[in-house]
Amino acid sequence: MTTTDHRFSATRRLILQGAATVALIGLGNPWFGLAPAYAAANDKYPEEAFRQKSDAEAIKSLYGKTAEPSDKVKLDAPEIAENGAVVPVSVSTTLADVTSISFLVAENPVALVASYRIPAGTVPAIANRIKMAKTSNVIVVVEAGGKLYSATKNVKVTLGGCGG
Amino acid sequence: MASTIRVRATSSGETTEVQALIQHPMDSGFVKDAKGEIIPPHFIQQLTFEYDGKPVFVADWAGGVSKDPYVKFAFKGGKKGDDLKISWIDNKGATDSTTAKIQ
Repeated sequence: MTTTDHRFSATRRLILQGAATVALIGLGNPWFGLAPAYAAANDKYPEEAFRQKSDAEAIKSLYGKTAEPSDKVKLDAPEIAENGAVVPVSVSTTLADVTSISFLVAENPVALVASYRIPAGTVPAIANRIKMAKTSNVIVVVEAGGKLYSATKNVKVTLGGCGG
Repeated sequence: MASTIRVRATSSGETTEVQALIQHPMDSGFVKDAKGEIIPPHFIQQLTFEYDGKPVFVADWAGGVSKDPYVKFAFKGGKKGDDLKISWIDNKGATDSTTAKIQ
């Protein structure tokens, strides 16, 4: 918003600034702009983690600790993704007491892609489809018994999925 | 309006496998349109699956999830004929929900 302000008339700019201020005060959340704060009311959507640019910062924001690589976390992703807009990625683990599983793409503008909460009784195995801006490490983090475990795989992207 | 959510939940006796496909643009806010203007972010933030009044799976998503998202998981229990409730909310506050019968 700020980078394009100079192109607008003074009045327009005032209105825009006013709107932005209202949004900021109302939500305390500049990133989602005018979006209502529904998610906050709905079982803690991790907004802060989804604002971090690097995978390490996102993991820290989400879990408050760091992950150690584990061969008990099995990440299945293609070697080469022809279309970065749709990359099928799945994970399964033999770890017990899994409470959360998250997918991250290190080179994406926002590293955190998806974070899943796994209540007791739910099988710690997930398949989903993610976007990749370019060739990057795909990281999956599993929270089990209060500790973090990860698996990483490099996926080559022929056509980026975030640049359109 | 037809639901944006398509779900298949299949019980194998011990576990119920769930596959969901949702119609949503999942715009990240980083992509430009043909005129070079940024397409504003518009994505599902939270997707919840409930069985027997309790959540069995909660997805927190952002713009990095592919358009028309797909997800697959399984949970222990779940009987044929029982209801599985699915609902989502996006960053603009739009929501949708549906109830699927476990097969």
